Amino acid sequence: MPTRMLGEPVKRREDPRLLTGHGRYVDDIDLPGMLHAAVLRSPYAHAQIERIDASTARALEGVVAVFTYDDLGPARQRMPLLIPNPALTHPYTRYALARDEVNHVGEGVALVVAESRYVAEDALEAIRVEYQELPPVVDIERAVEPGAWLVHEELGTNVAAHYVGVVGDPERAFAQAAHVFRERLVIERSAAMPIETRGIVAAWDPYREVLRVWDSTQGPIVIRNALAALFGLAPHQVEVIAPDVGGGFGCKIMFYPEEVLIPYAALVLGRPVKWTEDRIEHFIATNHERLQIHDAEIAVDAEGRILGVRDIFLHDAGAYTPYGIIVPQITACQLPGPYKVPNYHVEFRAVYSNTVPVSPYRGAGRPHACFVMERLIDRVADELGLDRAEVRRRNFVQPDEFPYDVGLVFQDGAPTRYDSGDYPAMLARVLEMVDYERFVREEQPRLRAEGRYVGIGLACYVEGTGIGPYEGAHVRIEPTGHVYVATGMPQQGQAHKTILAQVAAEELQVPIERIVVIEGDTAHFGFGSGTYASRSAVVAGSAVALAARRVREQALELAARELEVDPADLVVEDGRIFVRGAPERGLSYWEAAQLANPLRYAYGTEASELLSKPRPWNGPALPPGRQPALEATEYYSPPHATWASGALACILEVDPGTGMIRFHRLCVVHDCGRVINPMVVEGQIHGGIAQGIGGAFYERIVYDENGQPVNASFMDFLIPTAVEVPPIEIAHLETPSPLNPLGVKGVGEAGAIPVPALVASAIDDALRPLGVRVTRMPLGPSELLELIARSTE
Amino acid sequence: MSAEVGAGSAQRRAIRVTVNGVVYERVVEPRLLLSDFLRHELGLTGTHVGCEHGVCGACTVLVNGEPARSCLMLAVQADGLAIETVESLAPDEERLHPLQQAFWDRHGLQCGFCTPGLLMLLKSFLAENPSPSEEEVREAISGNLCRCTGYQNIVAAALEAARLLREPVAG
Ligand code: FES
Ligand code: FES
Repeated sequence: MPTRMLGEPVKRREDPRLLTGHGRYVDDIDLPGMLHAAVLRSPYAHAQIERIDASTARALEGVVAVFTYDDLGPARQRMPLLIPNPALTHPYTRYALARDEVNHVGEGVALVVAESRYVAEDALEAIRVEYQELPPVVDIERAVEPGAWLVHEELGTNVAAHYVGVVGDPERAFAQAAHVFRERLVIERSAAMPIETRGIVAAWDPYREVLRVWDSTQGPIVIRNALAALFGLAPHQVEVIAPDVGGGFGCKIMFYPEEVLIPYAALVLGRPVKWTEDRIEHFIATNHERLQIHDAEIAVDAEGRILGVRDIFLHDAGAYTPYGIIVPQITACQLPGPYKVPNYHVEFRAVYSNTVPVSPYRGAGRPHACFVMERLIDRVADELGLDRAEVRRRNFVQPDEFPYDVGLVFQDGAPTRYDSGDYPAMLARVLEMVDYERFVREEQPRLRAEGRYVGIGLACYVEGTGIGPYEGAHVRIEPTGHVYVATGMPQQGQAHKTILAQVAAEELQVPIERIVVIEGDTAHFGFGSGTYASRSAVVAGSAVALAARRVREQALELAARELEVDPADLVVEDGRIFVRGAPERGLSYWEAAQLANPLRYAYGTEASELLSKPRPWNGPALPPGRQPALEATEYYSPPHATWASGALACILEVDPGTGMIRFHRLCVVHDCGRVINPMVVEGQIHGGIAQGIGGAFYERIVYDENGQPVNASFMDFLIPTAVEVPPIEIAHLETPSPLNPLGVKGVGEAGAIPVPALVASAIDDALRPLGVRVTRMPLGPSELLELIARSTE
Repeated sequence: MSAEVGAGSAQRRAIRVTVNGVVYERVVEPRLLLSDFLRHELGLTGTHVGCEHGVCGACTVLVNGEPARSCLMLAVQADGLAIETVESLAPDEERLHPLQQAFWDRHGLQCGFCTPGLLMLLKSFLAENPSPSEEEVREAISGNLCRCTGYQNIVAAALEAARLLREPVAG
C-alpha cells in the first residue's frame, strides 16, 4: 500500500528545536569579535540635511566607526527599484543613508558601529545633524491637489503612478443600469508587525573569501544577488542565510538600507557586525501598508446582477517606491473577487507622502479590494431589499466557467485568470455552518425584540496565489538513508520543513523521518525569489515534487538494471524498491544511491555489501549519461496564479452604549485546492484572521500633520490578543488547481483578506435598526459610537 | 550580595544570579537588561525580545517562580534571585515538558518567536490554576502577543497541557 503523506496533519518537524529554546534567530547569533550597530534616524518627516558632525561620536570609547552617506563607497548609489511597472512613471528610491534629504521620520542618516549595542546607542546621541525643515506631505488627498507641497521636488508631482484598467464597456453599463450605488471607502495605514523585528549579522570569512550574512529576510537569494553585484563579488562569495525568522507577513520581503549597511560595515571593518532593530525603530524603519481611499460605484440590473463596477482610488505609497506598485495593482486586479463583473473601470494613483514606504503586508492590497467589493454587494442587497447571500449567488463565477478571465494583467505580468473553484458551494457550506436561515428567520428577530444588536455578516474572496516567476528544489538521496531536499524559499513559520518533506515523502514513498529539508540558505540553493504572495506550497512544493519524481526515476532505473527487470515492473514502498509481486527481490533507495556512486570508502551503511560485488557491466565505472548520485534539480514556473477562495460568515453583537463588539460565531470555508497539511493550513487561516481582526478594529498607524508617527509602540498600536480573537470554525473545500503537479493553491494570506469586509457586513446588520453603514476600517469602539450617534441624529 | 567593583569600572556591579539551577557570578553594567544578560552574557537565547517595552511578553521568564518580563528588569535587580527560562522546561534531551508536548501536538506555534514567553507564563499559570476554563486561559495569555497563530491553537495547547499535568501518564 502506498503511504499517503499529502493531506495528513503531520506534526511540525521544526517544533522541538523552537519549543526548547534552541531556535536560531538572527539576534541569537554571536560571533567572535562581533561589533554592534545602531542607526541614527531622522526625527523629521521632511528636511534638508545641512551638516552632520560625528566627530564627538567617533571619539567615544568603544565606538569603532561612524558611517554617513559619504562613507559608503560603492553603496552610495540609490537602492534599486525592485519591481518596475509601466504605470510607475515616477519611481523614486532612497539611498542606504540619506544623502542630502530625509523623507520620513525614521529614515537612516548615520550608522554607528561599536563594541556593544549600548555604546552604539550612546554614540547616536553624540551625532549632531543640522536639518533645514521642509514642508511635510502627509494627507494623500491634499497631495494630489494642484500646488501641493512635493515629497520629491525633482519629480514635479506626488503621483508616482497612474494606472487605468478597463474591461468591457463600463460607460455603457453604467448608462444602462437600473441602479447605480456609490460609496467612499477607506482602509487606513497599518503594518505587518512580526514579533521578531528585523536583524542582520554580517561577517567576512577571510579563509573562504565569503561574505556571510544572516538576515531575517523572506528573500535571501535576491539579497545575495544584490550584495554580490553591489560589492563586485562572485555570487558564491556572498552567502545569505535566513535562519529561524520570527514572522514576516510581507514586511521582510524587501531590500532595506540596513541590508546594505551592515554587510558593508563588516567588509570595511573586517569584523562581524550585528544590527537588531528595536521595536520603536521597526515602526519607523520597516515598511507599512494598507492606506487606500476608494470612490467606488456599482451598476446593477433590477435583479441585482452586476453590470459594471467603477473604482477610482488613491493609494498611499509612502516616501519611496522600491517595491513598485504591487499593492494597488493587486487591489485593482482582485477587486471583482468571485463575481462576474463584465464591465470594469479601475483607476488609481499611487501617491508619495512623507511617511514610511509602503509595500505588501499579508493580504497585499486584497483586504482593500475585498472590502470595496463586498461593501458594494451588501449595498446592492440592502437597497434592492434582497438577501445578501442571494445577491452573491446571482453574481458568482460559476463552476463551469473556469478558466475565467478578469481581463487585467496581474502582479506577475500574467493574465488575471481564475483556474478553478466552486464559489456557490463555498457559500452554501458556510451558510449551513453558521445556520444562516435560522439566524435570519428566528434568532435575529427574537434578539432584536430583546433590544439586542446582533448581526450576521458575509464575505467572499478570491486570492491569486502561487505566482511566478519560479522556484526550484534539489533532491538528493544519500546512501546513509537520508533524503535531502533544498529550496531557496525561507520560512517565517509556515512549516516548510514539514510540508515539503510531506511532498517528497509522498513522491518517493519513503518514511518522512528520512527527509531533511534545507531552506533559506543561498549556499544550498541559489535560484529563486522568496517567500511571499502565498506561493511556497504551490511553487516550491511543485518543484520538490518534480525533483523527487526525477530522482525516483533514476533510482528505479538503477534498480531495474541491478535486478535485471523492466523499471515498469518495479514498485516502491516504504523506501524499498522491489519487483511487483516479489517483495524479496528488491533494494532500498539507500542501496540504489550507493549503486549510483561507484566509490568505495563508505562507512558501514545499509549499502555496504553492495560495494564488494563486481559491477555487472563493462566500461567505465560511471557510464556516460549517468551521475554519481541520485539527485535532481527541478524548477516549477506557473503559467499564472492559481486562485484560492473562501467564504466567511460571522455573528457578532454590538453594544450600542459602549461601541464594544463580541463575536458569537466566526465560520470559514476555505478552498486552497489540494491540502498538503490541514493542521498547517488551519494555522495559517487562524493567523490571517487574527490579523484581519486587527485590521478591522485596532491596527492603525497614525501620523500627525507634521508627519510625526503618534502611536509607534505596542502600547499605542494595538495588536489583537487572545481575548480579542474569537474561536474560529473552519471547513475545507478542495477544488484542485489544474495548473500545478500537486493541485495545490496558496493559503498564507487568505485569512487576512476578508475580515474587514466581514465585520463591516455584520455590524451593518446588527445596527440595521439604527441605519448604520460602515465605510472605513479599522473601526474602534469610539468610531462606532460616533457612527451610531450620527445615524440616530 | 552585590558590590561595586574596582575603580576603573566604578559603575559595574558584581551580581550572583541563579539561572535554571546554575549559579552565575558576573560583573555587569547597572543598565544591562535582564533579557540581554540572559541572552548575550549567558548565551541563553531561548528568551526572546519582541518590544523591549514590556508589552509583547516574548521575554517572559520566571523570577523566583513568578512570571516577569525580562526586558523590564535590570540584571542587577536579579541579584540573588532564581530565574527560570525556557531552556529549563524539558526534563532532559529526550523528553519534552507537557506544555511543550501540547504545543507541538496542537500546532501552538508557527514562527516560534513568542513561544518561550508563552510557555513560561503558562507554566506558572497552570501551577496556580490547574483546571482553567478556555476563558481563563485566554485571559491569562492576553499579555503575550502572538502574530502568527491567532491564539486558537495556543489556547487548545494550554488546555491540553493542563490535562496532561493533572493526569500524568503512568510510567
Ligand atoms: S520584549 Fe519584553 S515584553 Fe516585549
Ligand atoms: S508563533 Fe510567531 S509570534 Fe507566535
